[in-house]
Amino acid sequence: MKNRRLLLEHVDVPGIDGIDVYVKHGGYASLEKALKKMSPDEVVEEVKKSGLRGRGGAGFPTGMKWSFLAKPEGIPRYLVCNADESEPGTFKDRYLMEKIPHLLIEGMILSSFALGANQSFIYIRGEFMYVLNILEKAIAEAYAKGYLGKNIMGSGYDLDLVVTPGGGAYICGEETALLESLEGKRGNPRIKPPFPAVKGLWGCPTVVNNVESIAAVVPIVRDGGDAYAAIGIGRSTGTKLISACGNLARPGVYEIELGLSVEEFIYGDDYCRGIANGKQLKACVPGGSSVPILPHFLVTKTASGEDRLMTYESLAEGGFASGSMLGSGGFIVFDEDQCIVRNTWNFARFYAHESCGQCSPCREGTGWMEKVLSRIEHGQGHMHDIDLLADINKKIEGNTICPLGDAAAWPVAAAIHHFRDEFEWHIKNPSEAQTRNYGLIQQPVVA
Amino acid sequence: MSHTSQPVFDPNEVVVFSDSMMQQMNEVVKKFPQDKEKSALIRILHIAQAEYGWVSVPVMNKIAEFLKIQAIEVYEVATFYTMFHLQPVGKHVLEVCRTGPCMLVGSDQLIEHIEKKLNIKVGETTSDGMFTLKTAECLGGCGYGPLLQCRNKYHEHLSIEKVDALIEQYRNGEIQ
Repeated sequence: MKNRRLLLEHVDVPGIDGIDVYVKHGGYASLEKALKKMSPDEVVEEVKKSGLRGRGGAGFPTGMKWSFLAKPEGIPRYLVCNADESEPGTFKDRYLMEKIPHLLIEGMILSSFALGANQSFIYIRGEFMYVLNILEKAIAEAYAKGYLGKNIMGSGYDLDLVVTPGGGAYICGEETALLESLEGKRGNPRIKPPFPAVKGLWGCPTVVNNVESIAAVVPIVRDGGDAYAAIGIGRSTGTKLISACGNLARPGVYEIELGLSVEEFIYGDDYCRGIANGKQLKACVPGGSSVPILPHFLVTKTASGEDRLMTYESLAEGGFASGSMLGSGGFIVFDEDQCIVRNTWNFARFYAHESCGQCSPCREGTGWMEKVLSRIEHGQGHMHDIDLLADINKKIEGNTICPLGDAAAWPVAAAIHHFRDEFEWHIKNPSEAQTRNYGLIQQPVVA
Repeated sequence: MSHTSQPVFDPNEVVVFSDSMMQQMNEVVKKFPQDKEKSALIRILHIAQAEYGWVSVPVMNKIAEFLKIQAIEVYEVATFYTMFHLQPVGKHVLEVCRTGPCMLVGSDQLIEHIEKKLNIKVGETTSDGMFTLKTAECLGGCGYGPLLQCRNKYHEHLSIEKVDALIEQYRNGEIQ
């Protein structure tokens, strides 16, 4: 069966970033349908029926998140789009916004209408300033056509849409840190509760959704929630953008139907076409740097020998012992020549750099992990360092205001869990480890 | 964790924002509701950095005056977000992504090569003031690495040869 594309269907059409071409290919038809034939609650209902789950990484049902929004009289409500895409391995939102900006804008108008917001924001990471310029141009076009502003398409509904940049901070992808940043402050996550649905931007009820989640509202309104839910398997409905990178023959952004096999995604001709340079697969981080790494024998099959599928459930099959997560869809592939110790150190350095410093376990712990991993990588490790890392891990996990602490702890824990032999080899053979790689690990033989 | 460099302070520096800067800043402020003008701060810091190349303490003070907020409110933001240069930098700041996916496709070797080519270490500026070399954490171009950012431009799919050519283009003014 040919893979259906709901978001990127027209991405290769020349000029699709302009409003006229976008409209010619069915753009803003969902908006017209919603404004002329549907009530805001009916739009929410379709999104609930679709089974759409947050595409930023957490996978929380979008319709349910929307239904938590407090609606007190006389207080404005806000929709904020999280375009602070910074999870290592993830570059799908940038692709969508750059290639087909009106899809996000149409999704923003639809979602804002559903939530009763009259001013909405797209918070984009500062490094994507050129994408911000693309979005602002598209927003100006939408105003000129009457899709934004006062009395949109004669419906009486008003909406203003603003794009605003961050300044280079991974933590601002966490929704409460994002709101702090949007208020012009340091990106320190807030203590929850209260959740943004009750007290968000400027203390008002706010929904924060990922770019891809908001874009998915467009086909959901067009085709209906049931049609969207018919794609995929079980609670993994619809399509998902996967950004594939690392040692792949054809890295890039792919829109897949959830339920595609991992085998097909890595090796299929329509997708990544296997490992680059004819090498072998060593490991895979399937959902952005924060999710557990899988050794080669757990990538395409689960521990029980079933085919591993690109779904929230199948990728998590086996829990932390033998599974991982779909996460943001940042699919990172390692070939046989890659060093797991060096990569784990690299990720630890990332989290140490990006910790906001607010909670001691994360601020200190991420730095300690980076230092310990650095000395193992550079030939000065001790065997007890491995247990020390596990100990620091436990002291970070669950002890911080936001999930950055967990996100920093998990990759280290999973790397040691699956690749302990490689860590020990590094420590026992410090000079050899500087000159050659450990290679592939063997699949444990189950008696 | 955020910045390790100290902001630079020259008490004699007099800052006057150009008309074009004032116009851009006023436009940004208008996007936010009344009394929420502080939300424009990060964008304004970007505007200032585009104008001056970096953000000095007197520039931050002037921004505080413009937004009618305390200077400390600008300092604490400028020192948190790593895109803002708080010390003078070269004409072109090359920021090479060094995070995992880029490392898998050769960013370490690329950084080492640029260090040798420009005869500077990461964080330093060439003696002619032309280039500053920095590293960045994940720039969101993982499938197109190794890559570097210079101002608003992403340069992707880099190799040693391509980065050599790129540096020459910047040096000759073929790319601004």
